[in-house]
Amino acid sequence: MSTLEIRGLKVSVDTEQGAIEILKGVDLTIKSGETHAIMGPNGSGKSTLAYSIAGHPKYTITGGTVTLDGADVLEMTVDERAKAGLFLAMQYPVEVPGVSVSNFLRTAATALRGEAPKLREWVGEVKSAMESLKMDASFAQRNVNEGFSGGEKKRHEIMQLELLKPKFAILDETDSGLDVDALRIVSEGVVRAKAANNHGILLITHYTRILKYIKPDFVHVFANGRIVEEGGPELADKLEANGYAEYVSA
Amino acid sequence: MTTLQSNILEKHTPTGREEAWRFTPLKRLGGMHDGTATPVLHNSLIAKSELPNGVTLSHTTIKSITETDDAIVNRIREFTDQGTLLQISADTEVSSPIFLGRTQGVLDKAEFARVLIKVGSHAKATVIIENTGDTHIAEDLEIQVGPGANLTFICLQEWGSQTIHAGRHHATVDRDASFKSIVVTVGGNLVRLLPTVDFIAPGASCDLSGVYFATAGQFFEHRMFVDHKVPHAKSRVNYKGALAGDKAHTVWIGDVFIRAAAEGTDTYELNRNLLLSDGARADSVPNLEIETGEIVGAGHASTTGRFDDEQLFYLMSRGINMEDARRLVVRGFFNEIVAEIGIEEIQNRIMTRIDEELAKAGN
Repeated sequence: MSTLEIRGLKVSVDTEQGAIEILKGVDLTIKSGETHAIMGPNGSGKSTLAYSIAGHPKYTITGGTVTLDGADVLEMTVDERAKAGLFLAMQYPVEVPGVSVSNFLRTAATALRGEAPKLREWVGEVKSAMESLKMDASFAQRNVNEGFSGGEKKRHEIMQLELLKPKFAILDETDSGLDVDALRIVSEGVVRAKAANNHGILLITHYTRILKYIKPDFVHVFANGRIVEEGGPELADKLEANGYAEYVSA
Repeated sequence: MTTLQSNILEKHTPTGREEAWRFTPLKRLGGMHDGTATPVLHNSLIAKSELPNGVTLSHTTIKSITETDDAIVNRIREFTDQGTLLQISADTEVSSPIFLGRTQGVLDKAEFARVLIKVGSHAKATVIIENTGDTHIAEDLEIQVGPGANLTFICLQEWGSQTIHAGRHHATVDRDASFKSIVVTVGGNLVRLLPTVDFIAPGASCDLSGVYFATAGQFFEHRMFVDHKVPHAKSRVNYKGALAGDKAHTVWIGDVFIRAAAEGTDTYELNRNLLLSDGARADSVPNLEIETGEIVGAGHASTTGRFDDEQLFYLMSRGINMEDARRLVVRGFFNEIVAEIGIEEIQNRIMTRIDEELAKAGN
């Protein structure tokens, strides 16, 4: 059982107009096997929360703590956070020209497992992950995210989730830009990975449609840089009916 | 007449004010440009494996196929008419690459080398020159690609750290012939190469690719010139470079001249540089001079940038440490061109050398 604990997290970004505070004190605790949905309007700071936990250099932590089983995540480099068990599925996965998916995945798996996976087993692992996400075998030879469609990028992210087996998965708007079929395939991948690894999930989304596939245990409404309301799955139904208007005007 | 490649010299000696010499540190040329070097005939270029049928290599009198105003080449031609001739007979298709190479040369003098590669009509071959060791060499290398012929010319500068290498690699490409050149420069103190092409009949094409990696104190210059003097020829230029370390300096010049007669020309040239540390300098100058509007296309692009933080973040967020992430990004950057070599052993060797250069540069 692992615990990811966020306490009073404050984050700012540097802009031409000076530092702007985006996260204004976020408190959240996620345990293994739990699925937490963070929902909120655009610009509320949801993605900033995801990237700050993963350690993106653009964001400056100005207050608060993030710990994973007591270890100080904020003190870790980006790769150390991944090794500690954090995984961020990005909304906009980055193209890495000239680096094949196959090479990238094996390098990442080697880094995270501390030794190169045995070739025969690894090939099988990758093949089965790709098949279950309905990805063509030629995918492995393409360059990372280069020329991928929106759907292919998201499948590639979830394939990594299945292969890299983190303790906590942060899914940043994984549903955005997906058609109904792709949403189902990607969501099934998330559910499958969780069933296999029992990791905790922080699911960031603007819309409720992905929650039909990935059932949250907890729903948090995010507005203006903090969590403004919390509840169970029923809160998502309320958001579906009423939207975010009451939180934005508040 | 074009202003590109203008090279008006007093007494055949560049001063550094000429367009063609303005980036080159003349003091580091070992006197090859101003007559102070002691020239020697060395014929250091040798076949590294048995030559296939239809291919011969000999040391003989060389008759130049083109004129040039390059100061060093003219000094070589004044000095000697002897050199190395590689002939590939007409209609010969050579399936495996022809490996040539140079190893240790001279350092107290300068080898003045002439090389002529003649590819007969409708012949097809790959010629690889592997340059290793330390030497001072001035090189006049001409390539005649006959009608309908297809030559891939791979030239690897894996020199030691003391080498000074100034060479003109000039190809004339005949009707419906295609010429592909891949230049790799990863070693040497100073390397100045002029990969240049004349299209002498319609339907010809060339593809000039290259990679270079300069670390502290190294100077690598690659100066293309593609002369579209006939209609319906196609040229592509794609060079990628990385620099790391104090006073690492690279120069890429891409001159393309589309003459009035060259209707239907299709040309595009590209140079990308990756600056991996402060104190390094990449000069990149594409020049396109166009005398006719009746063309298929003409374009160029040049970029010089640093590591993309987003790429590094993405890789590191998957547990890959900074050093490995940088290595992956640099390998990926060069892969597009290195993969074109098509010989795994060489590709691996070049990539390993690039890893070493990157490691030498430190993070």
